[in-house]
Amino acid sequence: MAVPAALLPIVGPADDALVTAQRLGQWCSRAPEMEEDVALTNIALDQLGTARLLYSLAGELEGAGRDEDDLAYLRDQRDFHNVLLVELPDRDFAVMIAKLLFLAAYQCDLYRRTAADPAGGPLAAIAAKAAKESAYHLDHARLWTLRLGDGTDESHRRMQAAVDEVWPYTHELFEAVPAARADWLSTVEPVLARATLRRPADGWAPTGGRAGRHTEAMSYLLAELQVVHRAHPGARW
Amino acid sequence: MPDPTPPTGTGRWPLWEVFVRPRRGLSHSHVGSLHAPDAELALRNARDLYTRRQEGVSIWVVPAAAITASSPDEKDSFFDPAADKVYRHPTFYPVPEGVPHL
Repeated sequence: MAVPAALLPIVGPADDALVTAQRLGQWCSRAPEMEEDVALTNIALDQLGTARLLYSLAGELEGAGRDEDDLAYLRDQRDFHNVLLVELPDRDFAVMIAKLLFLAAYQCDLYRRTAADPAGGPLAAIAAKAAKESAYHLDHARLWTLRLGDGTDESHRRMQAAVDEVWPYTHELFEAVPAARADWLSTVEPVLARATLRRPADGWAPTGGRAGRHTEAMSYLLAELQVVHRAHPGARW
Repeated sequence: MPDPTPPTGTGRWPLWEVFVRPRRGLSHSHVGSLHAPDAELALRNARDLYTRRQEGVSIWVVPAAAITASSPDEKDSFFDPAADKVYRHPTFYPVPEGVPHL
């Protein structure tokens, strides 16, 4: 079932967070070191927690009896409004870090602006909590970007390839609020520079995620996410 | 699916010992150890591994190589001589009341 247009400002970021949590969760037991495994799954849980709060709020405001589980598990691909960036497969560790860097810089800024809105109500409260976590996610991605970019020849090559691959998908983040891109660039560009990475040129800007038009990867992701719930509708643990 | 690159680095990530000061404590206690490539990441990893349940407000990470520890084998010869030197303990005079942190 589709999401009412008025709720897209809540559901879009919620979907970003849910899909990110799902992608990061795939690193569980597959990270290069145990400590990194714990760090990534912690970030995944933070993102999932934010998604749950946002979905619950959206369900309440919609007033059609949908709760967080209905929104996460029973919507089809066309009704998901995450940006394409978060659904991209994590081809390697560098790609995952590049995606996290760009996303966290965007989320940090978005949550801070939302939390600062005096008329924000429960949404501002959720954003305030998420903003603190987001700062940590950004920090984690930043530290890894610096180490991989300004690292060995192989890590530099992989990190540059990751940044080049992911950069076009960042434009979609600023379709709604183009003015926010300046702040985002001022966060992201210094990190790339210090990591001795080349900031890609702006050009191709794939889009469609916010409108429900997703890449092939999204269907596999949703299938894995939703299959258990859909196989046992109404089940309780 | 993440690229299954063969593991290489564990041997090159040094070991760090972690000390955490709890919210209502005065001193850092040893809580465990972890591997990290450098001090900054060691601090972040310690936060994830050892303060997950709000155990602490301050973290120290120290390279394990920087710590010199007494040997458990030498425990007896190291510590026993002090056992029967009763004059080293302040037990022969009353402790004044109201003296802080004595």
